[in-house]
Amino acid sequence: MLKSRLFWPILVLVIILAINLFVDPGFFKVEVKNGHLTGSLVDIVNRGAPLILISIGMTLVIATKGIDLGVGSVVAMSGAMAAMTIGQSMASDTSLTPLFIAIAAALGLSLAAGLWNGLLVSRIGIQPIVATLILMVAGRGIAQLITNGQITTIYYEPYSFIGGGYLLTIPFSVYLVAAVLAIALFMTKKTALGLFIQSVGSNPEASRLAGINSKNIILLVYVFSGFCAGVGGLILSSNVASADGNNAGLWFELDAILAVVIGGTSLMGGRFFLMGSVIGALIIQSLTTTIYSIGIPPETNLLVKAIVVIIVCLLQSSEFRQKVLRPRTRKPLKKEPENSSNEQEVKIS
Amino acid sequence: MMSWQLNKKYYPLLVTIGLFILMFLYGSINYTGFASPQVVLNLFIDNAFLIIVAVGMTFVILSGGIDLSVGSVIALTSMVTAILLQANVSPVIVIPAALLIGPILGVMMGSLIHFYNLQPFIVTLAGMFLARGLSYVISVETIAVSDPFFQFMANTKIYFGNFYISISVLIALAIVAAAIFLAHYTKFGRNVYAIGGNEQSALLMGLPVGRTKILIYTLSGFCSSLAGLVFTFYMLSGYGLHANGLELDAIAAVVIGGTLLTGGVGYVAGSVVGVLILGIIQTLIVFEGTLSSWWTKIAIGVLLLLFIVFQRLSSVRGRSKSQTVTQH
Repeated sequence: MLKSRLFWPILVLVIILAINLFVDPGFFKVEVKNGHLTGSLVDIVNRGAPLILISIGMTLVIATKGIDLGVGSVVAMSGAMAAMTIGQSMASDTSLTPLFIAIAAALGLSLAAGLWNGLLVSRIGIQPIVATLILMVAGRGIAQLITNGQITTIYYEPYSFIGGGYLLTIPFSVYLVAAVLAIALFMTKKTALGLFIQSVGSNPEASRLAGINSKNIILLVYVFSGFCAGVGGLILSSNVASADGNNAGLWFELDAILAVVIGGTSLMGGRFFLMGSVIGALIIQSLTTTIYSIGIPPETNLLVKAIVVIIVCLLQSSEFRQKVLRPRTRKPLKKEPENSSNEQEVKIS
Repeated sequence: MMSWQLNKKYYPLLVTIGLFILMFLYGSINYTGFASPQVVLNLFIDNAFLIIVAVGMTFVILSGGIDLSVGSVIALTSMVTAILLQANVSPVIVIPAALLIGPILGVMMGSLIHFYNLQPFIVTLAGMFLARGLSYVISVETIAVSDPFFQFMANTKIYFGNFYISISVLIALAIVAAAIFLAHYTKFGRNVYAIGGNEQSALLMGLPVGRTKILIYTLSGFCSSLAGLVFTFYMLSGYGLHANGLELDAIAAVVIGGTLLTGGVGYVAGSVVGVLILGIIQTLIVFEGTLSSWWTKIAIGVLLLLFIVFQRLSSVRGRSKSQTVTQH
């Protein structure tokens, strides 16, 4: 089951990457320059880091039958908060204190945003899509309030390490992604938490009766999603050395939901596939990179994205697979009685 | 007893209208020149396109779905209109052609949702990308519209004494009237409510769920295209970035108007008031003068919160009441 779920996303990713090979034979070349690992593949992972992080958080939220529309705004808020706390610290400032204060403030705000969403959903019982819509709309206002409507530039040198630094030749953001992914995988695979999340997503009421504290599980996934978005916001703002309340992380929530769905997790909750979401996010990022490298006008990015979304969703739809992909197996079955043909189909698919 | 129950059904709608009146009174007391009928008429003039989109969105949300593509369809319609007019095609051909864009996209999205059982959220998200992508493919520049008919539609003012409205307002009001009729006096409208209430039950009752669903997205697409035309009258240009993020405003207006995002409950008229409330927030901020534009977003967020919590509390109370009834 897991294999078949991951099969289509991986196939799509491989196809997208393979297209690049025709245009640029050196696409897969990865080399070390000045102690930095460089190459298109490294670029994709590095640029895609915020999206991968947010998709990891989003996966767990969607697994509980929820959705978090506020992540894009949290990215903007987190960047804005970091930029404001760093404030006037100059490039020459080598003390690390402002860095840690900024990280703490930004992550604190993100956790508070996640807690807010979680409380609305788990305690007041508002539908996730509506509850998080509030933060999606208001969060950008708050981000602009923090930066006073300006695009705030960050001159403080140590801050740029988060998104642009290298540790042991590998971009630092990759470590952040790996760490968050490892935590998420460990918590969901090696502890009962993953099962709890899946159970709450499949049937919150039954889970409650089985003795699972559904409310706290739901609260937890929104807080985690807020945290992921906060780290994503730090990476993004550090990468461009500025905070833009209006445009930072714009439409990230949609891209992240897309990544999760491409990865095979159903929006109906229940089973979830963290690695699938990571692959989904990589698909979205490599699509963007591919469009630039092939030389298609970047304006068509959205168009290609739309087509890929539809194809991936159709491939995952069991109705589509039965109707279109297996017409040959269906025809001979037609003469048989309804019931047996249904059974046949189930076996085949 | 009967009239009391009838009243309760309209509670969210009455709260929305009450809130609008309160905001208007607040503005009238605090700012000179606010208490003019023209201020209210301007709300209609500046938000005619949003009213039309919100009407289409109401049907989608009533059926338990969502349509994220509306803003992009407006952009695409404005772009197609502008480029055709630039090529000296007559408005007699351009307008029907432009009005076909939304329905075609709507049928496609509705079919994907129905036949392949895909999530409306994801399908209309793809529609959103597709429509905006297409408008960028047409051109990344702004294209001005100088056609005499469009100029006429843009600049004509219909006077009532000293006050005026635009032709777009008439179009919007006609759509609202048609939508109220469609929602409450036709089979289609009842099917929409039934599907939103419980799709499984609607199916078991033998209602044409699939056809209705596809029609809903077609209708929303048509509303978006019409809104795109009205938007073109308003801006007199086509641009790929037009109406960016408008889907959020439309959804917010529908929710503030008292429609439940779970579907099945709500009124078209409520969405219109919802749009007017969004409009009056902006007007208040303009009249205040010292507040920055981002307070609009925060205010809309706070309003959304108030309404959603209010709906939640009233639905919890309603449910506990019905439970005590069954226990007796």
